Amino acid sequence: MPQVSLTVNGRPVKVEVEGRTLLVQVLREKLGLTGTHVGCDTSQCGACVVHVDGKSAKACTLLAAQLEGASVTTIEGVAGADGKMHPMQEAFRDNHGLQCGFCTPGMVMSAIDLAKTNPDASEHEIREWLEGNICRCTGYHNIVKSIQAGSAAMRAAK
Amino acid sequence: MYDFAYHKASSAADAASKAKGKSDAKFMAGGQTLIPTLKQRLAKPSDVIDLGGASDLKGISAAGGAVTIGAMATHAAVAGSADAKKAIPALAALAEGIGDPQVRNRGTIGGSVANNDPAADYPAAVLGLGATVHTDQRQIAADAFFVSVFETALKPGEVITKVSFPVPQKAAYMKFPSPASRYAMIGVFVAKTAQGARVAVTGAGNGVIRMKSMEAALDKNWSPAALDGVKVPAGTCNGDIHGTPEYRAHLITVMAKRAVAAAG
Repeated sequence: MPQVSLTVNGRPVKVEVEGRTLLVQVLREKLGLTGTHVGCDTSQCGACVVHVDGKSAKACTLLAAQLEGASVTTIEGVAGADGKMHPMQEAFRDNHGLQCGFCTPGMVMSAIDLAKTNPDASEHEIREWLEGNICRCTGYHNIVKSIQAGSAAMRAAK
Repeated sequence: MYDFAYHKASSAADAASKAKGKSDAKFMAGGQTLIPTLKQRLAKPSDVIDLGGASDLKGISAAGGAVTIGAMATHAAVAGSADAKKAIPALAALAEGIGDPQVRNRGTIGGSVANNDPAADYPAAVLGLGATVHTDQRQIAADAFFVSVFETALKPGEVITKVSFPVPQKAAYMKFPSPASRYAMIGVFVAKTAQGARVAVTGAGNGVIRMKSMEAALDKNWSPAALDGVKVPAGTCNGDIHGTPEYRAHLITVMAKRAVAAAG
């Protein structure tokens, strides 16, 4: 079986995979990082969004074998080393940006990528960006508020 | 997903050589269509050859009246390219409207064009701008490239290396996305070029098509009103649960007019 070496949340890992093994399977089943969720498994819902080399991607639509040498960040890797939540996580908590929470890890990872590429996104731009993140509880209103607050906090922290 | 042998190619030539002798090898660009297809067991390749490491397939440049995009350039890269935005803003805008941000970070122009999904966006730009598809073996004009549903002029084992788009005088792309899948119900790319108007439609039938009746009308008078009298026969379009052929035919005129208005 081929081996893949990659960095996950700053830690080098080496895993055995089949050609068809998905990144999300490696994360959840081999590394125990179950914060990355599988919702639709058809690349639409965004519950599995992680960062690959700093850019958001859907972990259900990537083969682990593609990621030799890549750096992957999951929701477990965004908090500070001292356990302090990432400003975007704090913003989701402060603004009640979730109800059941299933979509939240993907929402937060997607939102962090947006805040990096477009630090002061308008409400419209945030809603457009969330095209690939589906929430069935909130109606998105508080998610948008959370992302606005989280982006502002990330700007302030710079 | 059925299992397959995975190979990583370091260049277009390496990919072509790795595909040789394999019973049913499939090239993978960004994988944003191929991986979902494999998951649904709609395809069972013996080998998947990943082009992700092929450094000769990347890059976007504008020179000599054309924008040339490497096959492995992602939609996000095209959408964000200063060269593409300056030379053919309609092309950058089209890339910005494909899928969602995560798909745009991985999906590529080469993959989209090679796959030729009948509702994909890029084929409309390739045909609408009269682009040239470069492969490891030859150059193929857009008018000869798209054959039918998921079918192109590419031969087995042939690798797209880049697509070059001549810069038009004006161009715009307008699509009406399906509310569920977000694929184009109808998308229309219009371009005013030195050789005349070009109108390419995606989502209508068995792949992207040119709308010559509209091109003739726009050659006489480049304005949305010029398309008022141009009716598209319903027989041009497919019907499905999302819309009847009549509905799609009507949408072609509506979206074409919007595109001409947007192009200015």
